[in-house]
Amino acid sequence: MNSKNSKARLLQGNEACMLGALYAGVEFFGGYPITPSTEIAEGMAREMPKRGGKFIQMEDEIASMAAIIGASNAGCKSMTATSGPGFSLMQENLGYAYMTETPCVVINVQRGGPSTGLPTKIGQGDTMQARWGTHGDYTSITVAPSSVEGCFYETVRAFNLAERFRTPIIVLLDEVLGHMREMMVIPEEGEIEVMKRHRPDVPSEWYRHFEITPSLVSPMASFGQGYRYNVSGLTHDQDGFPTAKPKEILDKLNKLRNKIVRYSDEIVKLRTEKMEDAHIAVFSYGTVARTAFQAVKMARERRIKVGAIQPLTIWPFPDEQLRDMLKNVRKVIVAELNMGQLVHEIRRIAPRHTEVIPLQRYDGNVMTPSEIFDKIREVVK
Amino acid sequence: MATDTLQSERIHHYLRPKKSFPNVWCAGCGNGIVMGALIRAIDHLGLDKDNVVVVSGIGCSSRMPVYLDFNTLHTTHGRALAFATGVKLAKPNLKVIVITGDGDALAIGGNHFIHACRRNIDITTILIDNKIYGMTGGQFAPTTPGGKIATTAPYGNYEKQFDPVQLAIGSGASYVARGTVYHVAPLERMIIGGIQKKGFALIDTISNCHTYYGRFNKEGDAVAMINDIKKQAVSVKMAATMSEDKLQGKFLTGVIHETDATEFCDEYQAMCERVLAKGGK
Repeated sequence: MNSKNSKARLLQGNEACMLGALYAGVEFFGGYPITPSTEIAEGMAREMPKRGGKFIQMEDEIASMAAIIGASNAGCKSMTATSGPGFSLMQENLGYAYMTETPCVVINVQRGGPSTGLPTKIGQGDTMQARWGTHGDYTSITVAPSSVEGCFYETVRAFNLAERFRTPIIVLLDEVLGHMREMMVIPEEGEIEVMKRHRPDVPSEWYRHFEITPSLVSPMASFGQGYRYNVSGLTHDQDGFPTAKPKEILDKLNKLRNKIVRYSDEIVKLRTEKMEDAHIAVFSYGTVARTAFQAVKMARERRIKVGAIQPLTIWPFPDEQLRDMLKNVRKVIVAELNMGQLVHEIRRIAPRHTEVIPLQRYDGNVMTPSEIFDKIREVVK
Repeated sequence: MATDTLQSERIHHYLRPKKSFPNVWCAGCGNGIVMGALIRAIDHLGLDKDNVVVVSGIGCSSRMPVYLDFNTLHTTHGRALAFATGVKLAKPNLKVIVITGDGDALAIGGNHFIHACRRNIDITTILIDNKIYGMTGGQFAPTTPGGKIATTAPYGNYEKQFDPVQLAIGSGASYVARGTVYHVAPLERMIIGGIQKKGFALIDTISNCHTYYGRFNKEGDAVAMINDIKKQAVSVKMAATMSEDKLQGKFLTGVIHETDATEFCDEYQAMCERVLAKGGK
């Protein structure tokens, strides 16, 4: 056995998320038990006390979200993990985190829905909820891995994005990915970059908690550091005090959008397979993307010019990058474990000559490679 | 002595006069009286402003933190204690004070309230208890007495009430007191006692909403309502000498319950030390 293999570990997606969060320096976990995400909370309950971190099981998911926002304002890298019903309960305070520009990470291990739905089965029904779940206008970032190793790396990336842009980041998994086991090597400390929020370097009397800086991302002080700022979910000015002035309202809302839109090149991450000469593309994320890559392999063996596109960043939606990738594509199959969510995004951005073909499954089971392969064969005719 | 009148400059030391005034409260509202008592209590204790975090939910009373020159977190309806729990566990050296109302703490926030009490986490909660929803225009609350008129109880309230003091005692809080906006000096002492207490402290503070509750129920203006509060209040000491008949229509004030239960963050720290002593097993 070589040295690399000796470091390899057999891990579950949920465990890899937990280890990714620890690698990224998580200091506070607040959560509530829910299938199929519970292993993340269980891992945190074991690991945090050994590392000077904080773990708390709150009374519900509303409180979990509240606690991690409180902890983040107290200076801690904070996170929670949940599934559909809990994700719905978190929406109120998730909106508060967007509005108050509080960095934190929320992992949603998707199950079948709606409502209590299928707690132990797979689904991708929360794709749009991750973008539009809380009320009001805002722009959000969502990342989505498709392998155990990806769970680790995307969780690290989620923390980096949260700290970099002072905003909550959603990590979308699904039940199969959360519970699936694969071998992976945990990177050494320092091997991947770990970011920390910008701290103010001005005297406290000059500090503005929501300052509109040239970069649009405001430095962030913590409670107890002498800056004594106000945080409110009410629409506020740059000092954090409630405002009803149209100019200040626009400044705030535009900042929430532009601080993400301006950096979308930095945030967007896509993976492609065999797209160079593809006339047909399969677009999918998460567990479905694994299936799609396999189906593409099967179709290529039969000399069908098909490729696959997988967004690892779902929100902001990679409009420009996809427009470019679909330039020479005649047909794009959008494979999802829901009744059609990202297919509407693809329809919105697809070139006029590209036909958009939905492929959906929502019976609580994974999509098989042969289902996608059959669809490819059907549309190639 | 905490009850010494503070010079106005000294009061201003704890306010954000340039940024957040004038305040949103009606003339005669008890919220300002409570805010004054809180400032004097903090001044008396000599707390460092940088280490004080004031958290609130939604409602008239929850607008208080924005006026105060501390670390302030004005959160979502009912959730102040859940946010405050995150702040306190993250940084136990910070003094965390929650300002909430009866609707905020006991209706939408009831779950967070009982669990914060149960954990006995070191948070001092001042519940400004005016028996109605003020900010939304006078709807009945879990504290509105039977028969009273509110916009959502136009024929008289037929629901039963929560007693926040009994709720807190039953849920495990280690310091439970009731004050009023008339008895300002005792209120200051209770806030001081609550902040000094290691554990969850509730100061249920009976206040007046003459704008809605008083007007709907013909209980008069702020002065009349505060006078009624004065008449109905009986200290714990006095009550011990009174017959049950005489206590009809009265409410108890003072420190009603105090114990020395262990505190949540201390327990967490002790658990971490036990785990580390065993080599992380």
